[in-house]
Amino acid sequence: MLRKTSVQLTTSLALGLLLAFALSACQPAEPEIREVRVVETQEVQVVQTQQVQVPVEFQMESARLQAVKDSGAVRCGVNSGVPGFGFLNDQGEFVGFDSDFCRALAVAIFNDATAVEFRPLTAAERFTALQTNEVDILIRNTTWTLSRDVELGTDFGPTTFYDGQGMMVRLDGGISSLDDMDGATVCVLAGTTTELNLADAFSSRGRTYEPLVFGTSDETRVAYDEGRCDGLTSDKSQLAGLRTALANPADHVILPETMSKEPLGPVWAQGDQQWGDVVRWVVNAIIIAEEKGITSQNVEEIAASDPQDPEVRRLLGIEGEFGALLGLAPDFVVNVIREVGNYGEIYDHHLGPAGTDIPREGSLNALWTQGGLIYAPPWR
Amino acid sequence: MLRSFQGSLKSFSRFSRDIRFLQALAQAAFVVLVVAVGRWLLGNLLDALDTRGLDLSFGFLSRTAGFPVADEALPLERSDSYLDAYFVGLANTLQVVVLGLILSTALGVFTGISLLSSNWLLRTISQAYVELMRNTPLLVQLFFLYSAVILKLPELADRLTLGPFILSNRGFFTPRAVPQESSRAWLLLAVVSALLALWTYRRQLDRGLREGKETRPALWAAVPLFGLPLLGWLVLPGEPFTAEFPQLEGLRIVGGSRLSPEFAAILIGLVIYTAAFIAEIVRAGIQAVPHGLREASLATGLTRAQTLRLVILPVALRVIIPPTTNQYLNLAKNSSLAIGVGYPDLYSISQTIFNQSGQAVQVIAMMMGTYLALSLIISAGMNLINARLKIRER
Repeated sequence: MLRKTSVQLTTSLALGLLLAFALSACQPAEPEIREVRVVETQEVQVVQTQQVQVPVEFQMESARLQAVKDSGAVRCGVNSGVPGFGFLNDQGEFVGFDSDFCRALAVAIFNDATAVEFRPLTAAERFTALQTNEVDILIRNTTWTLSRDVELGTDFGPTTFYDGQGMMVRLDGGISSLDDMDGATVCVLAGTTTELNLADAFSSRGRTYEPLVFGTSDETRVAYDEGRCDGLTSDKSQLAGLRTALANPADHVILPETMSKEPLGPVWAQGDQQWGDVVRWVVNAIIIAEEKGITSQNVEEIAASDPQDPEVRRLLGIEGEFGALLGLAPDFVVNVIREVGNYGEIYDHHLGPAGTDIPREGSLNALWTQGGLIYAPPWR
Repeated sequence: MLRSFQGSLKSFSRFSRDIRFLQALAQAAFVVLVVAVGRWLLGNLLDALDTRGLDLSFGFLSRTAGFPVADEALPLERSDSYLDAYFVGLANTLQVVVLGLILSTALGVFTGISLLSSNWLLRTISQAYVELMRNTPLLVQLFFLYSAVILKLPELADRLTLGPFILSNRGFFTPRAVPQESSRAWLLLAVVSALLALWTYRRQLDRGLREGKETRPALWAAVPLFGLPLLGWLVLPGEPFTAEFPQLEGLRIVGGSRLSPEFAAILIGLVIYTAAFIAEIVRAGIQAVPHGLREASLATGLTRAQTLRLVILPVALRVIIPPTTNQYLNLAKNSSLAIGVGYPDLYSISQTIFNQSGQAVQVIAMMMGTYLALSLIISAGMNLINARLKIRER
């Protein structure tokens, strides 16, 4: 008798638990019904409607910025295998043009260039990492395209480097332009715009080719170096870096043709405009600093010397409250430039003659005042 | 009042000591936990997708993929859809898996028998091979095989030519038979003669058993098997097949058939890795056969080879099949390492698809479903074989 009751009781208990759970689970799954009710009886559940309906864009505080501040470090998705842009050096440090923008962001938020958690990502992993909140920001030579901007749930910041896809071939292979490459085997990285541009470039020239797709740029480099492919294609800036790692760099040449426009810049997950603003204006500050001749050497001096130029005053936080608008310290630009340098300094350090040697003068990456495209909106 | 309260307390304490009540409670709690965690994960995913304006529809599959895949059997044009690309990946994976299963079984059985061989050299080499393969990671082996062996073959300019065969790190090229007009008639004739040969073989075998003398059935069967097709080749108008030879044209070799270095790397890598495990299973299976059976078989006058083929292996198979299923499943799943050696398999192409389309959740779900189906088909096939081989009790 007792046993029977106990079994019944258990069963009903279990069922009750499940039922209660199922009911509770059902409720949040019907937001549409709730929204309709709210619209009809405006005065009744104001608190609830606010929570449901206020779009994230109009929140005063950035949830992401707050989360980053709380965690104590910016999680930055970078490349670990492209010399000049993102490279893990023999001391185990991430060095490169892209990595420095991560540091700039860390200085802007924490006044500490080491408050970055670098996450090396492959080309194929990077958007998933962003979508799943693995990283706060992705600065990993990522090309801005329409479908990425719209479909992937990501937003693109200001372009930090104007790149274009190129092709590296052997000097003794008798290839002097893409037109000579009919039937060639081309090594390419999986999941990149490069893969698509390559197809476009060859089909527009009426040439056929055989793609050989690898998961990492090291694998493509090895296969190319062993002569498995006739050409290695990637962004020209990356090719310059990869060339230095070949067995005999002098035997290889990058063809003059540019197959595509590749504007590279920081990327963040859609849905937090305020965080996007922080990233955008840190990059802009670095560009304006070069324009105004502010360098890591003289920034403290200029800030202390009460400069005349109103824009410099605003930039360095002497006038206005632009830092506070972004949720940052008033003089965050001073810290960024002191720790990381202005655009020209970052470029020279990693991509100049001391680095992978990508000429800047006369290229798209010169300042707009010198005929290039590096330009930032006014700081006011 | 107090008494009834004490009573209910007592009955509760009886409940709490009832083992079945506790078990049921634990199970219910576990179900609730699993459902809660599952719902939390799903809710998380849906929230994240919603925030980023993504959905879970499969409409993107009909969009233009925009990337080609070089493949002789199933070439993908840049204007084909993502779904087409997915199928090319699937076909490439199946090609590796099916060939891999056959070859690893053959190599595994041979090595397994060699492990028990009385020939010292054969046995030692087999042992060394098995230990080396079993105790190093497959991905490392694949990288080694691809970059240190296959890519080190001569480059196209210094290619090795052996008669009509060409070997370089662009692939191994052989002449190809190109079917001509009369090829269908000839193929039909070949099928007919094969059936005829089978019939002759059976008939001669029966006759031999009935009359108790050596009738050489294989010799008799060879006459229609080779004779008819040869006659057909001579009689039919025009040759049914002509040979196409590979030759260098510009930057590549055209004509003939090609074994691509990437396909060779993933296939050979998977086969030699899986065969090592199968060899150990075969060795254990053979050793599980009672020693007396072998002695009895030798005592009846069967040779050692006949004993192995007719007595030991059929009994050992019952021990061998179930663990071998595991190895087959491993091979099928390990084929996804192909991206490491640049072979465009299902995983490699799926990765490109979800990167170009951004629909990671759907593509990964499709991929998991496909690998799951593949594994289930392999297990079902192996279970069928197992059921047929088991001892029928009367």
